[in-house]
Amino acid sequence: MDHNNKASRILTRREALITSLGVIGGILSLPGCKRPAPPTYGNILRMGDDFTYSAQRSLLPELSLAKEYNLGDISSFPATGTINPGDSSKPGFNENYSKALDTNFDQWRMPVEGSVAKPRSFSLHELQSFPVRNQITKHTCEEGWTAIAQWHGVQLSRILQAVGIKPSARFVNFQTYDGWTDSIDMIDAFHPQTILAYGMNGKNLPIPHGAPVRLRVEKQIGYKSFKYIEKIIITDEFVDTGDSGWAWYVGM
Amino acid sequence: MEAVQPQLPKRHSRWVRVTHWIITISFFLLTFTGFMILMVHPRLYWGEVGNDLTPAIFELPISRNYKHGGWTSSTAFFNNENSPVTAGRTYDIFNQNGWARSLHFLSAWFLVLTGLVYFIFGFTSGHFRKNLFPGKDSFSVSSIKTDVKSHISLQFPKPSGGPTYGSLQKLTYNLVVFFLLPLTIMTGFTMSPAITAAFPFLLKIFFGAQSARTIHFFSSVSLVLFVLLHLTMVGMTGFKKHIKAMTIGS
Repeated sequence: MDHNNKASRILTRREALITSLGVIGGILSLPGCKRPAPPTYGNILRMGDDFTYSAQRSLLPELSLAKEYNLGDISSFPATGTINPGDSSKPGFNENYSKALDTNFDQWRMPVEGSVAKPRSFSLHELQSFPVRNQITKHTCEEGWTAIAQWHGVQLSRILQAVGIKPSARFVNFQTYDGWTDSIDMIDAFHPQTILAYGMNGKNLPIPHGAPVRLRVEKQIGYKSFKYIEKIIITDEFVDTGDSGWAWYVGM
Repeated sequence: MEAVQPQLPKRHSRWVRVTHWIITISFFLLTFTGFMILMVHPRLYWGEVGNDLTPAIFELPISRNYKHGGWTSSTAFFNNENSPVTAGRTYDIFNQNGWARSLHFLSAWFLVLTGLVYFIFGFTSGHFRKNLFPGKDSFSVSSIKTDVKSHISLQFPKPSGGPTYGSLQKLTYNLVVFFLLPLTIMTGFTMSPAITAAFPFLLKIFFGAQSARTIHFFSSVSLVLFVLLHLTMVGMTGFKKHIKAMTIGS
């Protein structure tokens, strides 16, 4: 009697263990079936980041919107990292940016190329001729601070549709004037709140905040909202730019 | 006359021992990386917004970032007196968040998944009901009185080497397991833009992302104080016996 009880309890535990392993396995492998595998750098921290990416992509709804605020909620907003790539005395200086800045970005053009049917470049005026999306959102910096601002821009999805991305396309890579290359996946790229912002708080985007155009990815931490966008490249494969020491996906 | 069979003292179950140590290691790493993360921005706020250009509730002198004045002169966004402003940072801040954040979340996965296993087994095995929840006698006024007295006089009952806990001990464990740990995890979630987009009520119940961060700080400090108290009690009532009971189970 006692022995039987014990046996059945062990079985229940084993079943429970197998079930929970199955759940973890499901989280790890499910997205792999239908989506590109997230990047791995063969390092335990990056593997943890990938696990978070898989878990968030599997468990959270793709189209949920980040909270939008009222005009009265707009707050003071520090500018950090590169605050002017046209300043030759600072790291992140870029001569092309400096020239574009001299003409108030009149000659500025942003190429969109890669895995697309119609590669082309956009002037600031061309970007502004698309329907504008205004959103008042919270910027969450990895350092621990937050700030709310209103952003004005064009949904990235409209640009991707304008250049006709190929069905094989999986990542949108951004090259910035201050020397970054980084990417987002198509779920973030096609999210309605993912915009190329050319305006902030009712004015042109200020230089410290990424003029003339920055990205806003509202469901990730601030450092994925790249400033000073120079070029967009769509790729079928993940472009590994080496381990920067920072998580590629930062939903938290 | 037949001797009354002595009741075998209760031992810690294997799942309690395993989850205890996984959570211990996770908690140590979370505390260490949490401190590293706090060093990068040692200012705490209330509400949704908080940054160097807005007032803090308080600021901790724990890194060179403390009250650094490296900012360009500020520019107003709007043409009114109380307009929010912007300024550019010119100071090279201390920042090890690249690895500290990734390690924090990796450890958090171990804590959350092990915590889930602990909760499932805790409820299904009867461990919570039998050993943690108020029993017939454990939360009576007189038993608490006796327990408080014995704590004040530092005359503790002999440790059982298993989950037979005193009233104050039960109260403390309940506070940690059912309040402080869940609160710390939930406020951690509330700082995540991806999670709050899916569950906006988190921002409501914790009054905003910065409030959640501040609550996260205080609940974590409370947990660290609990660990120090726990270690003190373990030390005072037989360190070796407790360690044996929580590892090999006897």
